[in-house]
Amino acid sequence: MKEYSTPAEAVDAETTVTLTVNGETRQLAIPPNVVLLDALRDRLGLTGTKKGCDHGQCGACTVHVDGQAVNSCLKLAVMCEGHEVTTVEGLASDAGLHPVQQAFLEQDAYQCGFCTPGQMMSATALLEDERIGTDDAAVREAMSGNICRCGAYKNILAAIQSARGQSPSAQQESENP
Amino acid sequence: MRSFAFSSAENIEQAVSAQSDNAGEGAYIAGGTTLIDLVKLDVMRPAQVIDLNGLPLKEVEQLDDGRLRIGALVSNTDLAHHPLVTEHYPLLSQALLSGASTQLRNMATTAGNIMQRTRCPYFRDVAAACNKREPGSGCDALEGVNRMHALLGTSEHCIATHPSDMCVAMAALGATLTLEGPNGSREIAFGDFHRLPMDRPDLEHELEPDELITHITLDTPVVGGGSHYIKLRDRASYEFALASAAAVVAIEDGVIRDARLALGGVATKPWHAVEAEQALTGQPASNESFEEAAEIALAEAVSREHNAFKAPLARQAIVRALKHATQAAMNS
Repeated sequence: MKEYSTPAEAVDAETTVTLTVNGETRQLAIPPNVVLLDALRDRLGLTGTKKGCDHGQCGACTVHVDGQAVNSCLKLAVMCEGHEVTTVEGLASDAGLHPVQQAFLEQDAYQCGFCTPGQMMSATALLEDERIGTDDAAVREAMSGNICRCGAYKNILAAIQSARGQSPSAQQESENP
Repeated sequence: MRSFAFSSAENIEQAVSAQSDNAGEGAYIAGGTTLIDLVKLDVMRPAQVIDLNGLPLKEVEQLDDGRLRIGALVSNTDLAHHPLVTEHYPLLSQALLSGASTQLRNMATTAGNIMQRTRCPYFRDVAAACNKREPGSGCDALEGVNRMHALLGTSEHCIATHPSDMCVAMAALGATLTLEGPNGSREIAFGDFHRLPMDRPDLEHELEPDELITHITLDTPVVGGGSHYIKLRDRASYEFALASAAAVVAIEDGVIRDARLALGGVATKPWHAVEAEQALTGQPASNESFEEAAEIALAEAVSREHNAFKAPLARQAIVRALKHATQAAMNS
């Protein structure tokens, strides 16, 4: 059994967690009760990921862990040991914005922008997930875990649909059939 | 969030002994979507959190007898899309996908879904009286804002609803849970796992503090059965049920040969409507039969100040689920 800390020790004892964030290996010294959201924002300075409700009800904190969209507010950072985390800071590359970011820009898919990082992380995950349908209803359903209190849903949907087929992996596939 | 010690179990034996050594004061974590939420609210206060994600419980496999064995750690997303589930148990897939959000389904596990706690706002608020959270403290829901609360299986001590969609499908389909404890493993029928609140709403299930759910085995699918899950709620997605119904119907010469029915959103546990099933068997697959089954399923319903509307809502959910299940059976 891997003991990070035992009840006999001080429970606030820090433990070392090694994980990959946006392609870089990062080491954190944190107590076990730190959630991934707070580790990203407060320990790694990656403040693109937003804290909304802090209870898995709004989706502002959505990041990818091993390519899957998750609520980072409900995930202990210590449980990400050895896993790959991608945040909104990891979407763009040297080649420029990710197609989803570009589409959000072109479709004006935000007003205040607070929910936008989470929206884009859910959007990029769903475009890579072939189990999710491609019609508008399926996209709306798959995106329902991301609340936008400004109500930019119409343009968010348009952005996602316009980015479809333009993700880096889809382009790679078409170049290398 | 309150502090806790943390450890990762590398095998089932370690997971079980970590809890036994701890006098059950610890909490298992898999997806964490219930536990971390409730620790933040100070509703759950584990001294130790034991991570189960290293355990080999992520497989879905068909057994020789035709049943489907699901590992406790299979995520709600993976289970909903698993080819053996979409082919043989579309009801389960439909129920899973109607629950929570993409992100939460990616995190939440099969056993975790069974173990999730109620969404009763008084349970989630440490300033409120709640017999489930603090036995003997009373129940603020009885005379409070109880619009979301249960009609079936309630007691004068608790009217909190069981929130799961997946469990409603499992109650209809029939399943067996495998539990591992310090003295080995045992099995329990899904329908016997969750308890009614009665005078101890804090005791929600038959799992001992040092036991772990390792597998959920679904009964063989109903031969020739069509199925449907309907969920009625305040918004179209990402919301708990006000009323839901899971139905499986098999028809022979226009007559119901086999019927399965379970309800969600209106009961204190995943509600298997056994008497309604019995009443349907041998009856013509007609609206009259469905209406009568709904009457029977809700005969014992007790409403409070704000939730009486749930009875007609549940009745309509039952009739529509049975109707759609019958259509699916005809088309299969």
